[in-house]
Amino acid sequence: MAQNMQITYDIKGENTGTIKRRRIVAYIVLAFLSLLCLFWFYLLFVNATKSHAELSLGFTAVPSTHLFTNWKQLMKMPLKVLPGLANSIFVAALSAICATYFSAMTAYAIHVYRFAGRKAIATFILAVMMIPTQVTALGFLELIRKFNMMDTFWPLIIPSVAAPATFFYMKQYLDSALPLEIVEAARIDGSGEFRTYNTIIMPIVKPAIAVQAIFTFVASWNNYFTPALILSNENRKTLPILIAQLRSMDWSHLDMGAVYVMIAFSIFPVVVVYLCLSKYIVGGIAAGSVKG
Amino acid sequence: MKSKKSKVVAFNKWGYIFLIPFVVVYSIFQLIPLFTTIYNSFFENYRSGLTVIGPTFIGIDNFGKLFSDKNIWIYFGNTMLMWIIGFLPQILISLLLGAWFSDNRLRLKASGFFKTVIYLPNLIMASAFSLLFFALLSDGGPINSILIALHLRTEPFHFFSSITASRVIVGFINFLMWFGNTTILLMAGMLGIDTSLYEAAEVDGANSRQKFFRVTLPLLRPILIYVVITSLIGGLQMFDVPQILTKGAGSPAGSTMTLIMHLNQHLYSKNLGMGGALSVVLFVLTGILSIIVFKMSGFKLEDD
Repeated sequence: MAQNMQITYDIKGENTGTIKRRRIVAYIVLAFLSLLCLFWFYLLFVNATKSHAELSLGFTAVPSTHLFTNWKQLMKMPLKVLPGLANSIFVAALSAICATYFSAMTAYAIHVYRFAGRKAIATFILAVMMIPTQVTALGFLELIRKFNMMDTFWPLIIPSVAAPATFFYMKQYLDSALPLEIVEAARIDGSGEFRTYNTIIMPIVKPAIAVQAIFTFVASWNNYFTPALILSNENRKTLPILIAQLRSMDWSHLDMGAVYVMIAFSIFPVVVVYLCLSKYIVGGIAAGSVKG
Repeated sequence: MKSKKSKVVAFNKWGYIFLIPFVVVYSIFQLIPLFTTIYNSFFENYRSGLTVIGPTFIGIDNFGKLFSDKNIWIYFGNTMLMWIIGFLPQILISLLLGAWFSDNRLRLKASGFFKTVIYLPNLIMASAFSLLFFALLSDGGPINSILIALHLRTEPFHFFSSITASRVIVGFINFLMWFGNTTILLMAGMLGIDTSLYEAAEVDGANSRQKFFRVTLPLLRPILIYVVITSLIGGLQMFDVPQILTKGAGSPAGSTMTLIMHLNQHLYSKNLGMGGALSVVLFVLTGILSIIVFKMSGFKLEDD
């Protein structure tokens, strides 16, 4: 029935020829935009496999075989690449855990309990959601100096406990996925409130936690502004700071093969994770915005 | 009955307990820094060589100095210009793609694949992506090599010596990183539009262009405004891309220096007074924009 109505409308509105033409235009534009997105990664991949000598001869589209020698060249440079990787993973992973666990807890508090000031707190968190951290960076640095936490990872990890965007996403998820009856049933069975949260609620919100964990991890992994202000010890720097250091070196003496390998090294972990989980990530974007 | 109610109230105190981590961390790491930032903006406090000048209370003099500084207006102009260079193509292409993806008569195949690809640049480390563009567009880089091979140029084009090219590159990287995200948001909005409206328009003989301009766009207005404002807030924060491309110099001739890059300079030189004033201005700007977004969101909490 619906199929039949669709066909009549097709005849009434536009004939099938027009739709076919529009479809072809759409595919051409989409193919072009996809190429525009992927082209740079292709160049990066090709150039990361070429030696400095090959790169100076000009561009050719075929990959070469020097990926490993480029990596060895990069290791010879005064950049702490492997500690940088470890630092980035450490900071991003702990940030993701803190943000999801505690912001979900906050959303749960607002969702399940009815207490004075509940509305005010929820409204406040949402109102400040968009305000960027850069505008309080000055006071933040003063505070971190006073706490003697300069050049440590804590100022990059602890603040993620209060992540308004994660709170908002979790609140929406709880609205759609957690009937209060479940909490009441747990109470009748004698489960403490804390135990209910950890053993019953956490498994229910796991899909939302996963999406938000990825977003927080990536945001922390990519973050350059705050870590660059806090970390100064060479062994504690994260990958974005190393990228900035690489940019500040004397480029007339740089091994370009090593430069491309370094860029690829900072980018590809996220690309691989994204390609494995893209279904969930793309689905999570619209849901995390105010009007989904 | 009464005892049941008091039991529920007893449970409700757990709401406060569960809120403790968020509230404590937010207060210490966001609110206190906000207040000290505002506090600092009323003091003359900077480093001149090794000597510390101040802190001396000077009221709102820092703000007067900030607004009368010609450079700050140039940096504001740079920030807005590079945002617009990236945002205009972004919103136009996103509208087009969103309309195509949500058009049930077009029935595009592999739309999941396309969405995955166009969202990819959004997750890439902006600093690494910028360094990649710097390497690719350098004098001996592949782009110049391709231009010369195609006989479009006889010698390398110095992208980063040209004001226009540098700004366009920053805008282009921002466009590339954000159009996938915007497309997905707009598409979600378009899918939320009642299909019976389109059917009614079709019965009235509307073609796809008329449906887009007369049905889709007007109903999409709240989401469009949301996208514009959140992108503007993001634009005001523009930092990583021009910072890496120009080593923080905003070259050529300060034409890619943004407000946050300038703030960053104050933070490194410990120019706390002027840095504080600039932060407060940015806080007020983004705060106003945030409130507009929040009001539009129509956020409602189920009642107690």
